[in-house]
Amino acid sequence: MVNLTSEFVGIRSPNPFWLASAPPTDKAYNVNRAFEAGWGGAVWKTVGEDPPIVNVNGPRYSALYSNDRRVIGFNNIELISDRPLQTNLDEMCQIKRDWPDRALIASVMLPMNEKTWAKYVPMIEDTGIDGFELNFGCPHGMSERGMGAAVGQVPEYIQMATEWCKRAATVPVIVKLTPNVTNILPPAKAAKDGGADAVSLINTINSIIRVNYDTLTMYPTTDGQGTHGGYCGSAVKPIALNMVAEIARTKGTSDIPVSGIGGISDWRDAVDFLALGASNLQVCTAVMVYGFKIIDDLTDGLSTFLTGKGMQSVSELVGRAVPSVTDWQYLNLNYVEKALIDQDLCINCGRCHIACEDTSHQAITDTVNGERRFEVIEAECVGCNLCVSVCPVDSCITMRPMTEGLDARTGLPIVNKKANWTTHPNNPMRKQE
Amino acid sequence: MTNNNPTPDIRPNRLSKSEIDANFCDLHPPLSRSAALVAADRCYFCYDAPCTTACPTGIDIPAFIQKIRSDNLRGSAYTILRENIMGGMCARVCPTEVLCEAACVRNTHENKPVDIGLLQRYATDHVYAERPALFTRAASSGKRVAVIGAGPAGLSCAHRLTMLGHHVVVFERAPKAGGLNEYGIAAYKTVDDFVQQEIDFILSIGGIEVRNEVELGVDFSLDELGDEYDAVFLGIGLGAVNALGIDNEDIPGIESAIDYIADLRQAKDKSKLPVGKRVVVVGGGMTAIDIAVQSKRLGAEQVDLVYRRGAEQMGASRFEQDLAYTNGVNIRHWATPLKVHACDNLYAIEFEETALDASGHLTTTGDTFVLTADKLFKAIGQRLVEDVLVGTTTSIQTARGKIVVDEAQKTSLDKVWAGGDCVTCGDDLTVTAVQHGKVAAIAIDRSFESRGP
Repeated sequence: MVNLTSEFVGIRSPNPFWLASAPPTDKAYNVNRAFEAGWGGAVWKTVGEDPPIVNVNGPRYSALYSNDRRVIGFNNIELISDRPLQTNLDEMCQIKRDWPDRALIASVMLPMNEKTWAKYVPMIEDTGIDGFELNFGCPHGMSERGMGAAVGQVPEYIQMATEWCKRAATVPVIVKLTPNVTNILPPAKAAKDGGADAVSLINTINSIIRVNYDTLTMYPTTDGQGTHGGYCGSAVKPIALNMVAEIARTKGTSDIPVSGIGGISDWRDAVDFLALGASNLQVCTAVMVYGFKIIDDLTDGLSTFLTGKGMQSVSELVGRAVPSVTDWQYLNLNYVEKALIDQDLCINCGRCHIACEDTSHQAITDTVNGERRFEVIEAECVGCNLCVSVCPVDSCITMRPMTEGLDARTGLPIVNKKANWTTHPNNPMRKQE
Repeated sequence: MTNNNPTPDIRPNRLSKSEIDANFCDLHPPLSRSAALVAADRCYFCYDAPCTTACPTGIDIPAFIQKIRSDNLRGSAYTILRENIMGGMCARVCPTEVLCEAACVRNTHENKPVDIGLLQRYATDHVYAERPALFTRAASSGKRVAVIGAGPAGLSCAHRLTMLGHHVVVFERAPKAGGLNEYGIAAYKTVDDFVQQEIDFILSIGGIEVRNEVELGVDFSLDELGDEYDAVFLGIGLGAVNALGIDNEDIPGIESAIDYIADLRQAKDKSKLPVGKRVVVVGGGMTAIDIAVQSKRLGAEQVDLVYRRGAEQMGASRFEQDLAYTNGVNIRHWATPLKVHACDNLYAIEFEETALDASGHLTTTGDTFVLTADKLFKAIGQRLVEDVLVGTTTSIQTARGKIVVDEAQKTSLDKVWAGGDCVTCGDDLTVTAVQHGKVAAIAIDRSFESRGP
């Protein structure tokens, strides 16, 4: 089995799985249990200036469910730590002494003036922590006070605060980015320009879970009114993966180490983040739903996967899929795929047919020679992958690349030479070949 | 054998009341909400769903399951009941394992269908407690229709007719409406007087008058109805029991399974029913299984079910056969009754073994065996009592002992439709009878339109 010991911006941990800064890392009690379960590190729940903030005394969390009530998405309106700073520092200090091999990161959120940062950063670092994470992402409550996402949405502020922290800190500084921006690259670049050692992303996304169907108020509320929270869990993973990949593949940000966060629930999610450029992983929602024990599948599954791929370490996987991510304009427009339905695996549910018939290209039969049968009509199939996406049977419908002959839909021969939009005749801005 | 002259051991109180109550509780307990949501989540919402095609009443099964998923139980019940007004009873008694659930694509995927029957019960149970106004009557057409028989076919026909604005009078020879639902289904399939709750719901729409204890051929004739009503629907079932065709068939100890089940269903205290120590059932359909299993659950020590063909040919589904086995019923295939051994009472039955000959016909082998028995139940099917139809100016056309109907359930007689077990396309299923009634009602309504006011 592959040893998962990893090093991220010089911080070593027995595996790349850290608990994200959140309720699971609010107290020594929780973090101690997490480390006993095998977590590689923990980013302590964000600390700030005294007096500590206060939380609502009602619902902080709510969930988006699948039909069998599995949590798909999760919403929270909790603020940063509501305990006195010194209490947190004392417990962080104790935890680091008790678990010297685990990574312990202090998440901080401070007002936008350098004096405050200069005062608190050394005080926090004295606990023996391995690094800082700057919370520029919290989208609710703290952002109304000019912190959290209010900083993370303005690249100049990110750079400024990062510089202040770097000037006061001797350990690595990770900047946590908010996804509540139109483009993740300027904030990432600002963190780098401010001297950050790494970025971590994504923080939570502004969200309202639903309405209460009895009271017709938003749900949940605190005494009849609610506020948007931060959305996380499996549902946000695709958004996080895109942002991680954008940073990893773009010149100017690709050299920033990334700690990937957003919906990691099992080892396959970890592979997604690592292959798309993250070199460290943070988890919160999955443990809030299932407890710390899931670390067993995360580490065991990842190690087994790496072994199967013949890789010796996590670092060999990092960024492996990044070269496969590009802009639409560079996709090969000469490449043709057709769907193929494996009739031996087909259970005859007909969902491919109705999806294609009602909403796409009318390229799947429902009847062949009077029998219920679902077959791809190659003359209509554009290779869109909708049937693959809706088929309930794994591997029943596959996309088959065409390498020769004619495309039955266009009547044109398959061309093995690549050609993309930049040179396409329909593109008024095309480059001359 | 004839040297013995044993007294038959047939008596009540073989089991205590509490044992009987436990034995006759719900065969399939209802799903809880959480269990229903998990079960509903397994539905793939198939296109042109095979389960719907397999349902004799064509219930849009994926649609009603989708509505369970979204907690829209009123809508779910409506989706079911608009096609099958006895959706509650069918959820309990349909052989789903050979109908909708047999067609479920999950069988191919993972050898386990969606629990459609249980979900249908979940979607409809609230209807009988809350009686939401799911259906309304159209403006009165002024037409009057006579429905003979308040069984599944008759009540289904009556409900659809009243929805369409026609006035319906239902004639029923029994004291209670319901037909075989009330008198013929195994007790553990419909507990807590569910049949009458369902009928109360069906009748709550209004416009249906039920007259009990009046019998066709005795109290009135088909001709008389034809004069008084604009249309007639016959849902009279099969009133007579097939005979074994052996000597001494009428001696004490030999009884029709149908009659005994009717007594059982109406018994206030089942422990008071006389039960044989050793029971033999002849037959291979649902009724045979029902009487065999219920005999066992009433405390019979030994129950043998003898069928003249093999397991594959039994009218009872595989699930029903398994139910018999798990209840300790001994099923013997390939044998037919040859002779009754009796003094004053039955005490044994001699069977001859059967087989298929080279051309595939059933034949006897000459080998025999004897089963001692205190009670023999005949469950080899029922037949139409054709006498009640006699007296019509033009006699109704029958074939193979059943009334001939077309695809709209129309008989050979003007203004007369028929459905349920009494017609040639009947198959002894509640769900089929409900469909016949519905189809006939729609056809009757159309006939009024074409005939004008």
